[in-house]
Amino acid sequence: MNATNGKVIAIECLRYDPQTDDAPHYETYQVPFTDDMSVLQGLQYIKDHLDGSLTFRWSCRMAICGSCGGMVNGVPRLSCETFLRDFYPEGLRVEPLTHFPIQRDLAVDQTDFLVKLRSIKPYIIPEAPKPVTEGTFLQTPQQMDEYYQYSQCINCLLCYAACPQYGLDREFTGPGALALLHRYNADSRDAGKAERMELVNADEGVWGCTLVSYCSEVCPKSIDPARAVNQNKVESTKDYFLRFVAPRRNG
Amino acid sequence: MKRSNRPIFWSLFGAGGMLSALVGPMLIFITGIAVPLGFLLPRDTMSYERVLAFAQNGFGKLAIFVVIGGFLFHGLHRIYHCLHEVGLPLGHGWMAVFHGLAALGTLVALYLLIVIG
Amino acid sequence: MKTYTRTMNGWWRRNPFYLWYTLREWSSFFLTAYALVLLFGLARLAEGAAQYEAWRASLASPGAVIFHAAAALIVLYHAWTWFKVMHKTLPFLRIGARRVPDSAIFAAGVASSVVLSLLLLWGFA
Ligand code: SF4
Ligand code: FES
Repeated sequence: MNATNGKVIAIECLRYDPQTDDAPHYETYQVPFTDDMSVLQGLQYIKDHLDGSLTFRWSCRMAICGSCGGMVNGVPRLSCETFLRDFYPEGLRVEPLTHFPIQRDLAVDQTDFLVKLRSIKPYIIPEAPKPVTEGTFLQTPQQMDEYYQYSQCINCLLCYAACPQYGLDREFTGPGALALLHRYNADSRDAGKAERMELVNADEGVWGCTLVSYCSEVCPKSIDPARAVNQNKVESTKDYFLRFVAPRRNG
Repeated sequence: MKRSNRPIFWSLFGAGGMLSALVGPMLIFITGIAVPLGFLLPRDTMSYERVLAFAQNGFGKLAIFVVIGGFLFHGLHRIYHCLHEVGLPLGHGWMAVFHGLAALGTLVALYLLIVIG
Repeated sequence: MKTYTRTMNGWWRRNPFYLWYTLREWSSFFLTAYALVLLFGLARLAEGAAQYEAWRASLASPGAVIFHAAAALIVLYHAWTWFKVMHKTLPFLRIGARRVPDSAIFAAGVASSVVLSLLLLWGFA
């Protein structure tokens, strides 16, 4: 691990200290690296050897926990699965996820997302409670396929950093939370769709989206959140017109 | 939360978008390049008599109405977003202005198609 | 807690993806202008032969031809992108147990566009 082949890469980091700074600035660090080192490991090298005050979040180091997201050369990426070698010899610039308020250095304030996540009721709402003694809910592979891809979300927020509509209007519920909303609506065990449609149908729901679809491009889990959002524009349109024809089942 | 009226306008936006994606480029090429320059199609393809006959026939009226109305509803909806995206302070309420303009253009087309007989 | 929020100034220049998106969205100015050209022509048509011929002559002016050439190209790009994202507005379509691939939906869109465009050309001729 210590053989760096003499290769050194310049990592330019956004720095912001709320106690002393009014605005962020950039600092460049020269980091010795090996070909198997991720951007996250580069940041850890800086923290351990060059500047202990650099602040950033991480946990799993394997693209599962969703905490290490940032902008690498302006593109939302998980820093633990982005490799320094791909930026050699030009170097790279690392910034906190855009569209979110910066707390300190590379750490952003995720509160807005967490509030939205709660608002989509991210849990199965069964038609009627089913005691364990009555056995499990059964599902065909096809029923599972309807929601499975959307259930892979790791709440990394890369899609929010990719979405200009969220950047322009923070009222918009945004790609990740709406993809999770669809994940529950599309689950055959769930009966909460009517409750969730209220949010889908609002300006703050799916209608804030203009199908930029960069969210789907950057999602590390290939969830295609833009698809979840836009499928629900159709759902919302049906809901809008059909309510005049047939009263809703459970709303 | 308030139910949005966007389904109405999104449907019109989508219909116009689909129509323009299917035939838009060719239609613009025909009426704007091929016929005026007499390239591939003769210039009198759009002579007064032919176009008047088309506009007086039921199918022709429908085609003209759908193209103009669809393109306007699609185009003006997107123009609203373009202006919003470059930073003009146009709240949701402004959308009604753009949809209103589209509706106005569509009604003018309808009126003209009626008076043409 | 004190935080710092960055602006959205010039966001469409930050990434090539956004530039292509912006081009797609700005196609609407050309499409709207084209609809107005047609609306104008319809008005001239309703006014009579002389007025209509004047409109037709104006279509052959270099400026009008350049506008239409630009509009045709940018609307063609709109069409391409429209079919590219079309699958995102659809529920999962299945044939038997298999999901129809997104590329097939794109191909179907492009194919219908080509067929309808050729029919249109034939209809005018
Ligand atoms: S949808 Fe994808 S990009 Fe968005 S939070 Fe979930 S995993 Fe991350
Ligand atoms: S550290 Fe967990 S996703 Fe990167």
